[in-house]
Amino acid sequence: MTIDRDLVLYLESLGRIRLTEEERAACETDLRSIIGYFDQLGALDTEGVEPLSHAFPVTNVMREDVILRSMDPGDILANAPREKDGYFMVHRVME
Amino acid sequence: MAHNHNAEPVGAACKPPVTPHTPASTAITSLTALQLAAKLQARELTVAQALDAYYAVIEELEPKYNCYIHLCREHAYARAADIQPRIDAGEIRSALAGVPIAVKDLICTKGIPTTCASRMLADFIPPYDATVIEKINAADMIVLGKTNMDEFAMGSTTETSYFGPTRNPRDPAHVPGGSSGGSAAALAAMEAPIALGTDTGGSIRQPSAYCGVTGLKPTYGAVSRYGAVAYASSLDQIGPMGRDAADCAALFEIIAGQDPRDSTSMAPPAAFDADAALAKGVKGLRIGLPEAYFGEGLQPEAARAVLAAREVFVSLGAEAESFALPMTEYAVPTYYIIACAEACSNLSRYDGIKYGHSAEAANTLRETYILSRGEGFGMEVKRRIMLGNFVLSSGYFDAYYKKALQAKRMIQQAFAGAFEKYDLILGPVTPACAPKAGESLADPLKMYLSDIYTVMVNLAGLPAISLPCGTNARGLPIGLQLIGRPFEEGTLFAAARAYQTGAFA
Repeated sequence: MTIDRDLVLYLESLGRIRLTEEERAACETDLRSIIGYFDQLGALDTEGVEPLSHAFPVTNVMREDVILRSMDPGDILANAPREKDGYFMVHRVME
Repeated sequence: MAHNHNAEPVGAACKPPVTPHTPASTAITSLTALQLAAKLQARELTVAQALDAYYAVIEELEPKYNCYIHLCREHAYARAADIQPRIDAGEIRSALAGVPIAVKDLICTKGIPTTCASRMLADFIPPYDATVIEKINAADMIVLGKTNMDEFAMGSTTETSYFGPTRNPRDPAHVPGGSSGGSAAALAAMEAPIALGTDTGGSIRQPSAYCGVTGLKPTYGAVSRYGAVAYASSLDQIGPMGRDAADCAALFEIIAGQDPRDSTSMAPPAAFDADAALAKGVKGLRIGLPEAYFGEGLQPEAARAVLAAREVFVSLGAEAESFALPMTEYAVPTYYIIACAEACSNLSRYDGIKYGHSAEAANTLRETYILSRGEGFGMEVKRRIMLGNFVLSSGYFDAYYKKALQAKRMIQQAFAGAFEKYDLILGPVTPACAPKAGESLADPLKMYLSDIYTVMVNLAGLPAISLPCGTNARGLPIGLQLIGRPFEEGTLFAAARAYQTGAFA
């Protein structure tokens, strides 16, 4: 694997994030050292080991199907950068 | 008594913070949370007087330490007016009724800004309370203010905050640790009697160690995370921080419990009872010291202090021996792969549309995303988003992310094996005392490596407590870590209490 500017740009695109040119250069250096360090894990034999997500055997947690009051839409929209007529406002999606 | 130096309140051996404030304020702010609660109940003090004392100290010391991002005086005094009549009438709702509390600024507080120390959420005012806030409110505790932290809890120094760094009250040239650095520093500076933090890879325990206070990372699932802004959901836990173990136990009793709004929360085998836990002592407990925690990299001063603590436990009737804990060398890469993967997923919610920073210059929906996120996040957050996208991306998923989840199971199994033989695991919290401000940010990998003793606990879902066990030659605190079996916080508190009081011999 090569860690270069193209990889940084690809990761920016996956993460919907834009770095400045300065951040991009720093990120390339950091990725190289940190991923290089992550590679140590390659030495560990994990053959046949089941991956673990939740630390304890908790799966498919259900709750009673009871009706609860939701938050007031006005309270939610109070934090919206742009809103109109009770909706979040976004830029045009289709041309 | 042979270990009399441990009988003092937490941090007593450390350099005291600079506290030139009025004697009246100091008399109140030097009390532990439980001592303050007792004075309130005995009506030697009013809740408003306690608030006056804390806000006086805060006003004086904040320019120096910057522990808080936001103070909520108006809210606090309104709460005091509501609570005081109940205390006067003898209606005491909890062991900490009337006590003010500092809350890490990633825990949602209705009507009070919650910024995660990020430009992204600089103007965010939550429309709801986190479950832990509902619980501390029901216990008649009072939020004093929201404490500083590393941005989105990503960092180990509280220097990545958009609102400027927090300084260590034991020595302001040094960092307080992180990410719950504001909460730890507020306790050390006597700017709060008790606090809430969160711990994903050591973020309660490490700043507690650096600032000379006590902090518990509870069992994964023991405390509801509803309303805590997510970083790495399989590892995050909210926990208590205080001046001693007894205060932390009292707060843990208030905040613990299963919550239908957090489906990862769990009911403990038995409800936690602080008083019962603290009275247990350590007689007959089997304590294991992982050899790998005392190897190369651990500062000799820290090793000496932690091994001296081992002798205290032995003198109190515990048995202690060293053992080999496998997997320690894989802990840090495993942790950062999982944490970054979950962070990049969790932080995808910040889109510049629903709430949070939104770029003015954006002309399309896609630009709204990329510019808002580019402007709203600081460099450490961006770095972890980039790393997370890398380990999850096609072609690398198996080699990094899946491998880390397998290593996570092996780490959990390593601890399970150890707990067949031992009741507690004892070790250091960090390889060294608090670094100087500005030393860590230049080399992120070096900063990550200093998390070696704390991250395994999160990966295995275990509870662990950090408490002061001495100081280095410069007077900076050294932390001791005790790790327990799932839902055995009681054993941690019993041991910490026994150590801190030197009692129950």
